[in-house]
Amino acid sequence: MSVFKYEKDADGIVTVTMDMTGPVNAMNGEYRQAMGTTVERLENEKGLAGVVFASAKPTFFAGGDLRELLAAKPGTEAEFMVNLLETKTQLRRLEKLPVPVVAAINGAALGGGFEIALACNRRVVLDSPGAIVGLPEVTLGLLPGGGGIVRTVSLLGLEKALPYLLEGTRVKPAAALKAGLVDELVSETAQLVPSAKAWIKANPNSWLQPWDHASFRIPGGTMHQPHLIQLVTTATAMLAKKTRGLLPAPERILAVAAEATLVDFDTALRIESRGLTFLAMTPQAKNIISTMFFQMNEVNGGAGRPKGIAKSKVKKLGILGAGMMGQGIAYASAMVGIEVVLRDVTLEAAQKGKAYSEKLLSAAVGKGRMSEQKAAGVLALITPTADAADLQGCELIVEAVFENLELKAKVTQETEGYLADGGVFSTNTSTLPISRLAKAAKRPVDFIGIHFFSPVDKMPLVEIICSEQTSDAALAKAFDYARQIGKTPIVVNDSLGFFTSRTFGTYLDEGARLLDDGVAPASIENLGRQIGMPVGPLAVQDEVSQELTRKAVETHRAMDVLYSKADTQVSSEICERLIKEQGRGGRYHGGGYYDYSASGEKTLWPGLQAFVGKPAVLLPEQDIKDRLLFRQVIESIKCLQEGVLRSVADGNVGSILGIGAPVWTGGFLQFVNTYGLQRFIDRASELASRYGDRFQPPELLLQKAQSKLAF
Amino acid sequence: MSTNAAYIFDALRTPRGKGKKDGALHEVKPVHLAAGLLTELQRRHGFDTARVDDLILGCVSPVGEQGGDIAKTVVQYAGWDESVAGVQLDRFCASGLEAVNTAASRIASGWEDLLVAGGVESMSRVQMGAAGGAWLQDPEIAFKVRAVPQGVGADLIATLDGYTREDVDAFALESQRRATRARDSGWFDRSVVPVRDLNGLVILEKDEFIKPGTTMDGLAKLKPSFDGLGKIGFDDIALRKYPQVERIHHVHTPGNSSGIVDGASAVLIGSEKIGKELGLRPRARIVATAVLATDPVIMLTGPGPAAKKCLARAGMTTKDIDLFEINEAFASVVLRFMRDLDISPEITNVNGGAIAMGHPLGATGGMLVGTMLDELERRNLRRALLALCVGGGMGIATIIERV
Repeated sequence: MSVFKYEKDADGIVTVTMDMTGPVNAMNGEYRQAMGTTVERLENEKGLAGVVFASAKPTFFAGGDLRELLAAKPGTEAEFMVNLLETKTQLRRLEKLPVPVVAAINGAALGGGFEIALACNRRVVLDSPGAIVGLPEVTLGLLPGGGGIVRTVSLLGLEKALPYLLEGTRVKPAAALKAGLVDELVSETAQLVPSAKAWIKANPNSWLQPWDHASFRIPGGTMHQPHLIQLVTTATAMLAKKTRGLLPAPERILAVAAEATLVDFDTALRIESRGLTFLAMTPQAKNIISTMFFQMNEVNGGAGRPKGIAKSKVKKLGILGAGMMGQGIAYASAMVGIEVVLRDVTLEAAQKGKAYSEKLLSAAVGKGRMSEQKAAGVLALITPTADAADLQGCELIVEAVFENLELKAKVTQETEGYLADGGVFSTNTSTLPISRLAKAAKRPVDFIGIHFFSPVDKMPLVEIICSEQTSDAALAKAFDYARQIGKTPIVVNDSLGFFTSRTFGTYLDEGARLLDDGVAPASIENLGRQIGMPVGPLAVQDEVSQELTRKAVETHRAMDVLYSKADTQVSSEICERLIKEQGRGGRYHGGGYYDYSASGEKTLWPGLQAFVGKPAVLLPEQDIKDRLLFRQVIESIKCLQEGVLRSVADGNVGSILGIGAPVWTGGFLQFVNTYGLQRFIDRASELASRYGDRFQPPELLLQKAQSKLAF
Repeated sequence: MSTNAAYIFDALRTPRGKGKKDGALHEVKPVHLAAGLLTELQRRHGFDTARVDDLILGCVSPVGEQGGDIAKTVVQYAGWDESVAGVQLDRFCASGLEAVNTAASRIASGWEDLLVAGGVESMSRVQMGAAGGAWLQDPEIAFKVRAVPQGVGADLIATLDGYTREDVDAFALESQRRATRARDSGWFDRSVVPVRDLNGLVILEKDEFIKPGTTMDGLAKLKPSFDGLGKIGFDDIALRKYPQVERIHHVHTPGNSSGIVDGASAVLIGSEKIGKELGLRPRARIVATAVLATDPVIMLTGPGPAAKKCLARAGMTTKDIDLFEINEAFASVVLRFMRDLDISPEITNVNGGAIAMGHPLGATGGMLVGTMLDELERRNLRRALLALCVGGGMGIATIIERV
């Protein structure tokens, strides 16, 4: 019994219902076997009038089998090509059947799933939000290698196809119809197959694909034509700017798509296969798939959440402090229907915090992304107040006042009593130890850290911090809340700077150390970007503000924990001096490492190198890049070693979503796996001998390398 | 003898792929074709690429992906040192040999030390004629220069010299036989570098255009290629210059004319001094080169006079040459060449030629250097003369000598 159910009706139309082993249909060995048999049977079917491809799963077809792709190792390119060729040949044979073939798309048809649909003469889609189509391969470091590039370019033309291919956009049914990616929408699942069959009966001769017509010309022209040459030249520059040469996938996609217009269809398919074979072997693809797919699913699926505790939902949330963080948390929570009490010392301050949501909502309404009614409903969920008693009955309170121990202790004591039974008190802090803050609480077991990132409505990560006393129930509640508001929660243990702030601090510090070594500020910034960090370390320091760094240093000094974890002394000292001697406290304070114009443009402060006062040096570029990257990697390994990180997945996902670890690395731990543990140890030791002990490979790394393990 | 003799250290080529969309090399960009040879040259000899002064590549349709000084792009794509320059040149079908001869002259001048010369042409991707040209497409100029397609010229040579359809087909058959034997015996293996994709997987390993099953009967069935063109008027234009001919016999077909193929060539040429310095062993010396032009209307009679000019320059006669290689643009070109020089078919195109293997326009000249070099070594002979007929009535020749 095949996993492709084959049924021929009285009219001679065969419906192939895909029902593969496992929860979804995917392109793997089982698929190739089933599709091969099916195509052969169709070719030999007597009295065949048409074919409908349907799915027995809630989704149509999920795409490539990522485990299979992850397992493909350099050296197996020839075998990989053979499998790819088989998949492609089957689809080619399918589209050359002398009868109409229709894809009846009941749910998501992404990647390989959409490639199957593209090899059909017609695509009928259920008009439901879940029935999205698209080619998201690029987001995994791959390209659509089942004919996806060539058929999309042939169907839409290069210009229209490129956005779908380069951005991996998932397209909803109505938009897909408008774009010409699909041909028909139906409103009920039950209409799918009948509608497909009706079209087959009405169009028995519509079986030749456009690209197999002798007179076929790619819509919009080819790369022989000036307008497309210009388009691609522009696209190349834009892409280079975006990816900085760090992501091979979009580069290859653009190259294959452009070349597809210069050669015949079958040759283009072969070029596409070679491109996917290449990408599948790259460390970038392995890193991205491993972290952004598998580990991300693990993390979001609750790997860090205690087992055996029932899932909870927050209905009423209290937020203390209506500043930048508090107002963002209020917005993110109200957006998913949570009733929010936003409390500040004055009603005016609290109302100002609510106004933030009002601004975001009216912008969404203005852009037509939200109805006025919905916006009003969201806004109505937020109650600004100065009265602590309004917090009565909250299942969760998020304290988001200034980073000050006394203040935080005071508001904790003021409000803790209003929590509902079994309620949890959480503190949003990025620098203060949770165990210390928990001392103010009556029930430290129900006290937990939830570290949000700014701006809250855009940043996908929250870092949940458990003190030694935090109960499993409190963690579960915090975790569930994070998922409720659509965030990805990583769970770490309490330690100075937790995981994200501690590791992030080393990037800033290494930037400062390079400055202190006499490296030109522009080199530091540009090479920071060249490794894939969103911005250079000096620019980040300005955003954080030198002033905040100085305050954190003061606090840590007062608590007697300064530099007890990451050694960020150089950046701290430069920040302190910069404020004291130059009054440069950061962007918010009018300028830091950079000058800021009224229009928001920034330019490196020309006096910076003279201020640092070190003779200019020219270090090898690779050293500068590796220093900026390795510092963070080594700090992440130390976090794992010390048990601050509870899992590798949390470290990888957290570093990418929270502190801008370049996606090509797969996160600061995964990076070492594909760089090579021993190679990393050797290079780190080299950097240590040249630049200092902070680059010494941590013990955990040495152990892993010795036992031939990976992270 | 010049104090700055130009030595050939190595000569590589790609296999020739059928120049149509079903040809194996159709999926390969011309830049990639040529760059693969640079990579292999460096791999085989291990020199520091910064020592190479220039890459000179012949290319006859330097537009689109062959445009914009393709040689410079090839140097960069191959990842050679950024100090290496690149220049593309065009002397029609002789471009590849022109590149080699230019390199030889530049080395002989003593002003440069190490050059790579050859050519590239993906005829399946950039159509022959894509670069246009006033001599054919501008009526005013075409009237004045009496432009006639080369095939008509080839047929005119056959008519003038009395080569019958059978003569030219028999020549084609022998070209196929010789090329098949050489390929299958591995005689091309030293210089042919398989074309690989970005994964290192082989796309084409050996010449694919050769048709070992060719027969006289099969050849006889092919239709003349230039009959139609002749009849629409080009025969008349040609015969205005050759009034002694009653009419042109159109004997050339796809079977006895050079094939349309894709390929590239690269010859490493340098001085004795740099050879010693980099440990490169000279395989041959470029003795002399020559280029000239003859009647542009019949167009294809240049090789004989060019060979004679080259021999004279070298102070040699045909007796001093062991092997001759004349590009098989059309069978009649080779027959005319042998008649002009009074040389035997036994020592001419001993391993077949472009009729069997194809003629990747800009690359061919460089390919012939490798073919001759390998064959001189295999037979332990000393000297070869290479020649090609060239658009516009030009002819080109080069004498190489093993050292």
